[in-house]
Amino acid sequence: MTLLSFLKMGGYAAYVWPAFGSVLSVLVYNSAKAYVTYRMLIKRLSSMSETRHAPYP
Amino acid sequence: MSLWTLWYRLTSPKGFTYFATACIPWLALGCLLTLAYGLVAGLYVAPADYQQEDAFRIIYVHVPCAFVSLLIYSALTVAAITCLVWRVKLANTFVDAAAPVGAALTLLALVTGSLWGKPMWGTWWIWDARLTSELLLLFIYCGIMALKNAFPDKRQGSVFKNAFVVIGSVNLPIIHYSVAWWNTLHQGSTFTLLGPSKIAPVMSQPLTVMLVAFSLYAALMVLLNMRNAVLLECQRARWVSAWLAKRKR
Repeated sequence: MTLLSFLKMGGYAAYVWPAFGSVLSVLVYNSAKAYVTYRMLIKRLSSMSETRHAPYP
Repeated sequence: MSLWTLWYRLTSPKGFTYFATACIPWLALGCLLTLAYGLVAGLYVAPADYQQEDAFRIIYVHVPCAFVSLLIYSALTVAAITCLVWRVKLANTFVDAAAPVGAALTLLALVTGSLWGKPMWGTWWIWDARLTSELLLLFIYCGIMALKNAFPDKRQGSVFKNAFVVIGSVNLPIIHYSVAWWNTLHQGSTFTLLGPSKIAPVMSQPLTVMLVAFSLYAALMVLLNMRNAVLLECQRARWVSAWLAKRKR
């Protein structure tokens, strides 16, 4: 099988690739969004924790 | 440790956060490996179908999306009942965290089904029992997400939302048996988890792997969302500072 025939998907490329592409992009977007939210939360919690434990001026 | 002690530990915000933090990397690894294998086997190794040719390969994303959308709703129903009867707070967090994941997968099942339907049936959409009941599932998921913040009193909102989840579970057997109860354009079940499969092993094996990959993905996303929600809610708790310190080490 050549790369071109693989990409053509027997003439169904217009249906097969958008199906796989849409699924993978949503999976990646959702997991990236959850991870970014987590990183931001950790940053916020760390700064809160440092403020809480800082000596009284 | 008794089963009840384990249950209480896991359903406490602290116990859950530690448990989720330990599980997430393994789930991510398992999901990546199974997804990579399933994609290669489904797109390259499996032969083209004798009737549907290469268009049949959409099965490797369409069926897992539809299967996991139903699986998540089944879990939501159990969590909603747990929340309504025993008032386990974490069960409510589970409902909030899993509903967007279920909604995304339901939408993907509809989109991929439509992309499969056009070359096979000659139409993007038809008001068929299976398709309509799956669309109804998407609306139910959207309703659950909307109800989350619809009430000023959080407790009241939670009761309404969980009751809505339980009522919406009526749609689950309708989706599953729609192809058997009505004469539909959508094909009947060709793949069952426990019974004999109607498709060749070289085609069914990647599908099984993709089902595992999507189930792992759903579990991963639910744990990520739940951990975020728990940390946000308990941000002033002492154990959060201890957990942060342990995480940095």
